[in-house]
Amino acid sequence: MLTKLTNWSRLKSPWILHLNTGACNACDIEVVAALTPRFDVERFGILLKATPRHADVIVCTGPATRQMKDRLIRIYEQTPDPKFVIAVGACAMSGCVYRGAYNVLGGIDQVIPVDVYVPGCPVRPDAVIDGVVKLLNKLKG
Amino acid sequence: MRFQIPIGPQHPALKEPISLRMTVEGEIIRDADIRLGYNHRGLEKLAEQKTWIQNIYLTERICGICSHSHTTCYVQGVEKLMELEPPKRGLYIRTLVAELERIHSHLLWLGVAGHEAGFDSFFMYTWRDREIVMDILEIICGNRVHYGINTIGGVRRDLDEQQVKHILDSLAILRQRSEYYQHLGTNEPSFVARLAGVGYLSREDAIALCAVGPTLRASGVPMDVRKDDPYAVYDEVPFEVCTADTCDVLGRTVVRIKELFQCYNIIEYLLKNLPSGPVAVRAPRRAKPNEVVSRYEAPRGENIHYIKSNGTDKPERLKVRAPTLGNYAATIKMLKNGFIADVPLIFAAIDPCICCAERAVSLVDARSGQEKIISMNSLKTLSLKVSAGKARKREAEWPL
Repeated sequence: MLTKLTNWSRLKSPWILHLNTGACNACDIEVVAALTPRFDVERFGILLKATPRHADVIVCTGPATRQMKDRLIRIYEQTPDPKFVIAVGACAMSGCVYRGAYNVLGGIDQVIPVDVYVPGCPVRPDAVIDGVVKLLNKLKG
Repeated sequence: MRFQIPIGPQHPALKEPISLRMTVEGEIIRDADIRLGYNHRGLEKLAEQKTWIQNIYLTERICGICSHSHTTCYVQGVEKLMELEPPKRGLYIRTLVAELERIHSHLLWLGVAGHEAGFDSFFMYTWRDREIVMDILEIICGNRVHYGINTIGGVRRDLDEQQVKHILDSLAILRQRSEYYQHLGTNEPSFVARLAGVGYLSREDAIALCAVGPTLRASGVPMDVRKDDPYAVYDEVPFEVCTADTCDVLGRTVVRIKELFQCYNIIEYLLKNLPSGPVAVRAPRRAKPNEVVSRYEAPRGENIHYIKSNGTDKPERLKVRAPTLGNYAATIKMLKNGFIADVPLIFAAIDPCICCAERAVSLVDARSGQEKIISMNSLKTLSLKVSAGKARKREAEWPL
């Protein structure tokens, strides 16, 4: 009964943490734009949280830079279980245009496990919503 | 009693990774220090491995909010190196996108300022209206954020009658909304009370610390690259440089709202006087050995690109001085003797774009409060020196 309830609440209100690991800001403003009236993800119960301790889903934008690597791991460890990671944008998937730069490790998956990849440079806010919905479907099934 | 408070790199008040270290006495900040490098990607080095055309794609991704500023600045420089003269229509469209970008960036900033001041409905309002600009940009360029419209020798897409009409119609709505924001930003008592007097930066300090953009203009210095050193078609377009003399966050808000109206005027002028003809000229693949400095007034301030060519199809050096970097020194001045609660607001007021500014490589060693900037090489020798005499961890004896 309790697990049923937690599952239900988890599906109905996933809280996200938005983390920039070296992105060019384009994906970041699109993630924020998804929260504003035109797209309004809050109607699905999705809330942007400021601290990893409150979050269920980490929305990562940007390639992992060397400087952010340790912080990224630490933030991932601070997030309570069960936790999920969405890599938003081409950079978070593979490094995109920054591939080969000396301070870039590559995609987010080089550092922490990723559940959903959302392609685009930058992604559209609707794609971010689609990614979150796909993640929720994965949880359901 | 002094305490050190670290803020960031991941912090509710900051959307991008940056670390601030405040030394506080009670509630009052006595000293502030900014640590960078979380977003450093090594773009300048990467640019040396790519051709002139590929670098447009790369410079666009220096920053997502002022993506057009960086490409225009870069492309202008390369055009000077290649001795190209872009056609008038191309320059008009380039300027049009630049002004649209300024509108979207200022609306975005107004929203963030409202959010940091605890006025979230203002944030939602401005971001809703920002979508109108994003739609225009999508119609012109085919993308919402990275426009990809610049090319060496002009622009890549032309405008048609229908698009011009759509832009003018949308501008009317935006103008009406901006009037409401102007009223709200200057008359709403709680909003004004929150912003007035916060983050004071005197005129002398602003000049001495090399502040740029709206931060500088809000301290009463009418400095704008568009007027001082006109590029593209700004020498033909009538507009005013907006200033304020309150020297605080309220002044910076007012300057940005005033600039919105100037942007609408400029866009209307551009669309009404759009010349006919081609939008781009063919560019050569190589540039003669030379060097050039290109200036551009980005929404956040003056953007400078230094480009050096060596006769091949790749640049020898690309140096970017983003406006946010120019504002850091002034930010520290503004933070000093302020309250901790004002940090997000003051920091947001320079419209920081950390991804723009992350060019410089310097390592800050911050052990035991002693801070020094050391180069990578001396750090290496230091680490060798420290570890030389000690037994390695795995060879060390287990104490039990």
